[in-house]
Amino acid sequence: MLDDYSKTSTDLFETLHYPKFRRRKDFVTGTLSNLTSALERTVFADLYAERPGLLQSIDPRTKVITFFILILATSLTHHIEILLGLYLLSLALASLSRIPLGFFIKRVWIFIPIFAGIIALPAIFNIITPGDTVLVIASFKHPHGIGIMHLPSEISITKQGLIGASLLVSRVATSASFAILLILGTGWTRLLKALSAFRVPRVFILILGITYKYIFLFLRLVENMLLARKSRTVGRTGTKEKHRWISGRLGFLLGRSYHLSNEVYLAMLSRGWNGKVHMLEDFSLGLNDALWISFISGVILLVTLLELVWR
Amino acid sequence: MEISAPVFELNNVEYSYPGGIPALKGIDLTVMPGESIAVMGTNGSGKSTLLKLMDGLYFPSRGVIKAFGVELSERQLQEESFAYTFRKKVGLLFQDPDVQLFSTTVLDEVAFAPLNMGLNREEVMTRVNAALTALKIEDLKDRAPYQLSEGEKKKVAMASLLSLDPKVWLLDEPTANLDPRTQDWIIEFLLTLANKGKTMIIAIHDLDIAESIAQRIYILGENHAIVAQGTPRDILGYRDILIRNNLLRHK
Repeated sequence: MLDDYSKTSTDLFETLHYPKFRRRKDFVTGTLSNLTSALERTVFADLYAERPGLLQSIDPRTKVITFFILILATSLTHHIEILLGLYLLSLALASLSRIPLGFFIKRVWIFIPIFAGIIALPAIFNIITPGDTVLVIASFKHPHGIGIMHLPSEISITKQGLIGASLLVSRVATSASFAILLILGTGWTRLLKALSAFRVPRVFILILGITYKYIFLFLRLVENMLLARKSRTVGRTGTKEKHRWISGRLGFLLGRSYHLSNEVYLAMLSRGWNGKVHMLEDFSLGLNDALWISFISGVILLVTLLELVWR
Repeated sequence: MEISAPVFELNNVEYSYPGGIPALKGIDLTVMPGESIAVMGTNGSGKSTLLKLMDGLYFPSRGVIKAFGVELSERQLQEESFAYTFRKKVGLLFQDPDVQLFSTTVLDEVAFAPLNMGLNREEVMTRVNAALTALKIEDLKDRAPYQLSEGEKKKVAMASLLSLDPKVWLLDEPTANLDPRTQDWIIEFLLTLANKGKTMIIAIHDLDIAESIAQRIYILGENHAIVAQGTPRDILGYRDILIRNNLLRHK
């Protein structure tokens, strides 16, 4: 019987006509490689905090306060030159903390077009920010009105608009750089412990803790789901089928996510977790912290002086 | 506490999932200190739910669970001193090691429970090193749990319980999805624990493994109730029940 089967299956394979595939990645392969790199990034991000470096040698509590002050100074600054200086400072700190610059820059700028670019884009036009014309986009014979909106006879990019948009984008990028630097140079668990030292509510720490622990499982689940589909797919599938599969899987993911996050929480609870963050190492303030605080105070003083002089 | 007092007493315990789907019905079970008990049943019969109820993670819809003579209720476990004592005494090995291993490195994972118990650093490290050595996984201590094989994950999950050194081990499918050599290794390890006087309640659906570890076996039927109980020798005699509950093949 087995012989019959093998003969039949060989015949079957011989009669199959394999389609010629194009080399373009389909969405499963694309998403899979993105997921794998996301998983690696998350793991490696935590490993940077274990490397010997400048930020790693500073007490997490000191880092939380000083980075908060740096982000505050960034958001209150009105000069792009100062923002550029602060951004360069974040790059120098990353380099001194042995965080690869390429990885750090990519991690910051990947979100900037989403969070700042979309908001800043309309502001460059004279419709939102009138001013000196830099580039004319369109000209009409007469001004127009669309509903309550008034369109001038010429739509252009203005100098004032460009300055305003650049200010917003650089402010967001610099703030994000400092926030990401704090996480990369500290590690998630230490950061949570530092936050609890500042009496951040336990429920907040609890949610952050579970989210971080759960994210690995979630990525692995999606990866396995996509692999299962890939292993059963020959050739290219239609867009309609892809949409149907994605919507079905989204529903499944929602249910499975709920179950998994609950299991992770129970596993933590089972081993005595009560929302407090405990670590093998104890925090202690030292000479490095004193030097770091003096340095950041100097930076803040310089920023304040420049703001006053250039006002 | 009396040495002869039961570790767990379950009286007419029922549990339903949200929506009223029954998971367990009329469970009566008593576990004495130092006993090794196997709870057998097919997938979905309620074995994992039973262990979670005994670990105070779920609470019964009806009936009473007593642990060390005290009723295991939600209110009772909200008391920090009781929760601390209970968690120190009872450890649960989850069926899926992925949900149990959530720290950045194996070392942090194994240190998680003793740190939560408020032990000082030296004591935590002594326990962690002893657990890693006992499970022969010292070389994995700096690895991320997600990079490990299934067998290694299971060993790390066990080490993370061993560092807590609980009196009672609740083990959900400890040998599932493992190769025969790792299965044998884990059985040997569990027998060592039993010889050291640890109480063990093991959810399993492999009759051979249950027979080699347990002194008493309970069978959960597809109706989510206990359909048979006894010594391994007794249970092997209930051929019809074993076949009916998908624990033995027709031959």
